[in-house]
Amino acid sequence: MADFKIDDTVDITTVVCPTTFVKAKVALEELDDGQILSIKMNDGEPVQNVPRSIKEEGHKILKLIDNEDGTYDLIVQKVGD
Amino acid sequence: MAFTDEQLERYSRHIILKEVGAKGQKKLLNAKVLIIGAGGLGAPAAMYLAAAGVGTIGIADADEVDLSNLQRQIIHTTQDVGKAKVLSAKETMEAINPDVKVNTYRTFIDSENIMDIIKDYDFVIDGTDNFPAKFLINDACVMAKKPFSHAGIIRFKGQLMTYVPGQGPCYRCVFKNPPPKDAVPTCKQAGVIGAMGGVIGSLQAMEAIKYILGVGDLLTGYLLTYDALKMEFRKVKLPQDTKGCAVCGEHPTITELIDYEQAECDGVHL
Repeated sequence: MADFKIDDTVDITTVVCPTTFVKAKVALEELDDGQILSIKMNDGEPVQNVPRSIKEEGHKILKLIDNEDGTYDLIVQKVGD
Repeated sequence: MAFTDEQLERYSRHIILKEVGAKGQKKLLNAKVLIIGAGGLGAPAAMYLAAAGVGTIGIADADEVDLSNLQRQIIHTTQDVGKAKVLSAKETMEAINPDVKVNTYRTFIDSENIMDIIKDYDFVIDGTDNFPAKFLINDACVMAKKPFSHAGIIRFKGQLMTYVPGQGPCYRCVFKNPPPKDAVPTCKQAGVIGAMGGVIGSLQAMEAIKYILGVGDLLTGYLLTYDALKMEFRKVKLPQDTKGCAVCGEHPTITELIDYEQAECDGVHL
């Protein structure tokens, strides 16, 4: 994580699809172009779908970090405003 | 304004849309739409706008709910018969979505009150059932520079058009004056299939939502007609020259609002 300057974080481990993506999307909308968001999500369905949906919105996936506790941190750079 | 978790869930299907997102949903929550007539057109329009989270909805109607309304005015229930339509409509909208603030105007609109009622709203929906009201709403919206959606329904047919100041013809550009009294039957005389209000009123709600979001193409400069029996929609391009119009033209001859006389048996909103 030290590779990136994280501007904001959002935890979507307590919600299920589609609120997972909705929470991540809302957090991204709050950021400016080029800023970086770290999204904490559960293994399984969220890791399968959320990164793909974020990519479809045009944002840049920088890294997916396995926290080895059943959760991941997805590092996303916002593209556009 | 941050969304609560409940709002994120309620509006999730909106926020997911690229054309809406959190920003668009906030625009809806901050928007003010006035619906004139809590009848066949106004009922579905009000319900969809409330569900969508349009933050302030005004509803104007002087009538009480009548048993004969319930075949199409789905915002009212059997228990509401006898109740003021604006109150019944307010209760349904608030039950659908507590985020919505509903302002009620228990009055028939006329040349005296319309300017004051429309002034605080971003968009107006004409859900009335008579020509005097339709021309009054058009002229008032032109004068106050308010965008509005016109619609009318009768039997198995419906039509609508959208007016945005400076972006095409108004209702009066197309239909110069009301038809002679009793020349055109009202839906009370002629009947109307209930679901027609659902089709056309929902399209009016859609126009309001697109206007608020600033997405897509509005029905400005066009009249959309729907014939349910033939199952035909037609999008008719209207003359774009508005210069000679008596109200929105370059040299308007109508500079004050007019209260046209109602047909004898009118007065019940679609």
